[in-house]
Amino acid sequence: MATDNTRTVTAPAAPTTRRVVMGIREAADLEELELPSETMPLNMGPSHPAMHGTVRMVLEVEGEKITSADVQVGYLHRCFEKESEFATYTQIFPYTDRLNYVSPMLNNVGYAMAVEKLLGIEHKVPERAQFIRVIAGEMSRITDHLTCLGAGAMELGAFTPFLYAIKFREWLWELLEELSGARLTHSFVRIGGVAGDLTEGFCDKLRDVLRRGREVMSDVDKLLTRNRIFRDRMDGIGLITKEDCCAYGITGPMARASGLAYDIRKDHPYLVYDRFDFDVPIGSVGDNFDRFAVRLEEMQQSLRILEQAMEKIPAGPVMLDDPRVALPPKSETYNSIEAMISHFKLIMDGIRVPAGEVYSFTEGGNGELGFYIVSDGTGRPWKCRVRPPSFANTAILGKILPGLFIADVVPTFGMVNMIGGECDR
Amino acid sequence: MAQLVLDRLKERFTAGEILETGSQHGNEWARVRREDWKAVCQFLRDDEATQMNMFIDLTCVDRFGREPRFDVVLHVYSTDKKHRVRLYGGASEEDPTIDSISSVWVGANWFEREAYDLYGIRFQGHPDLRRILMYPEFVGHPLRKDYPKEKRQPLVRRDPGRVD
Repeated sequence: MATDNTRTVTAPAAPTTRRVVMGIREAADLEELELPSETMPLNMGPSHPAMHGTVRMVLEVEGEKITSADVQVGYLHRCFEKESEFATYTQIFPYTDRLNYVSPMLNNVGYAMAVEKLLGIEHKVPERAQFIRVIAGEMSRITDHLTCLGAGAMELGAFTPFLYAIKFREWLWELLEELSGARLTHSFVRIGGVAGDLTEGFCDKLRDVLRRGREVMSDVDKLLTRNRIFRDRMDGIGLITKEDCCAYGITGPMARASGLAYDIRKDHPYLVYDRFDFDVPIGSVGDNFDRFAVRLEEMQQSLRILEQAMEKIPAGPVMLDDPRVALPPKSETYNSIEAMISHFKLIMDGIRVPAGEVYSFTEGGNGELGFYIVSDGTGRPWKCRVRPPSFANTAILGKILPGLFIADVVPTFGMVNMIGGECDR
Repeated sequence: MAQLVLDRLKERFTAGEILETGSQHGNEWARVRREDWKAVCQFLRDDEATQMNMFIDLTCVDRFGREPRFDVVLHVYSTDKKHRVRLYGGASEEDPTIDSISSVWVGANWFEREAYDLYGIRFQGHPDLRRILMYPEFVGHPLRKDYPKEKRQPLVRRDPGRVD
């Protein structure tokens, strides 16, 4: 019979006996007595175990429901701009490392390109150096996304995917350490090229890491994507529309999760990105899960770029041969007075950048990473502004948090992926 | 590439309102009279030809020794037309005020707070003009060129007996 498969659900019958509460009043009388409806302020952060990054959120809650949220950033402000105004153009590289400290290479590249535009040498950078920048940058993008996904899952109680993701991230960092000498703060890019060539057997090691990495990502995917608990906390939470993304200036994976197909690597190709075949994943809903899925897919696309870059990388120099920006070789420096003076001038006075202004933008780990540099013709910038993607991305929290529950703050904040160093500079 | 935007601006506004335009290193820019700052932004967002729907960046430059001393610098982008433009709005030292554009692009809210915090630009009509990167007790505006780099304002007083 057809009725076998269907199940009718009826509401439970109302209790027939009269309920007595607290032994004094009857339930019917209680309805007139409302609980006090005043809201309660709740302080989350600046240091909170379920949130990475130092940010303070002053929530106004009604029971478990958030009615308003005041997100306060700035706890990691380290005067990037002020320090930059007193540093030579080369000395700023270590500062850029500490902006988005999970993808320092991308910041290095973005900053170097801005200065190169001011110098008018952006098309003269050797091709091999551009390929190395792409390789190092895409590795950094993967580490950025791995950190976001791993930490986001961990904050929801899924500790295993976090360990897997961090394992893969560590392999990549070991390779970047081999390349640059530093595990985290690489300062590997130079104005006019990169600090050094790929090390012996780098590509083979990277291929091996990528092969193992694919397995790790497949494991993370299996552990999370169809995980009921994970999905329940991610699906439909923290919705952001495409229009809001534009108005708030949200870029990167967050904007793409909301369906805004804006990827600078595709829309305004820089370096050699126009030579690679890769896709830009787009979300359809714009919730936390979409932001997770877009990042997961973007890592796959980064792997594709890396594989193509390793195939196509040409031989040649990795530093522009221009005495205005490149230090003379050490053998020259120690043996000729001209090279010695040139070395001294470049170190002490810095690279002389012609007066002018430039806004250069690249695709960072979290979105459009822009550098707006005002030069007055000396060796130090008049102003060196970084347009932090995290700052714009975090600003929308004040809009999407009201209406959610306190527990929803954790995955929403995790998928916004605010990096304190970049947001607060 | 964004020359079209500058042409539209010059069509719509007079030379007294759009003071100067130019292009450098692939960035097109226009200098806007302070009184028309918001109207120009509104126009750029709503005009069919420009469609500057995406807010990118707002900051300030301290042109110490020049009048007006401050330039409020805005970058906006069009996701459909794929062009971008930079606007400068001047603000003098005696009266560092300019209209807030957070009602045009809501994302400008935090960036204007930052410009207020670090440069002391007062954005008129801003819904919530507080410090954002520095702490509320901070005195002065640290990115101004006349703020010494070495100056420290610790929140914790080392010597509890001392009264400053």
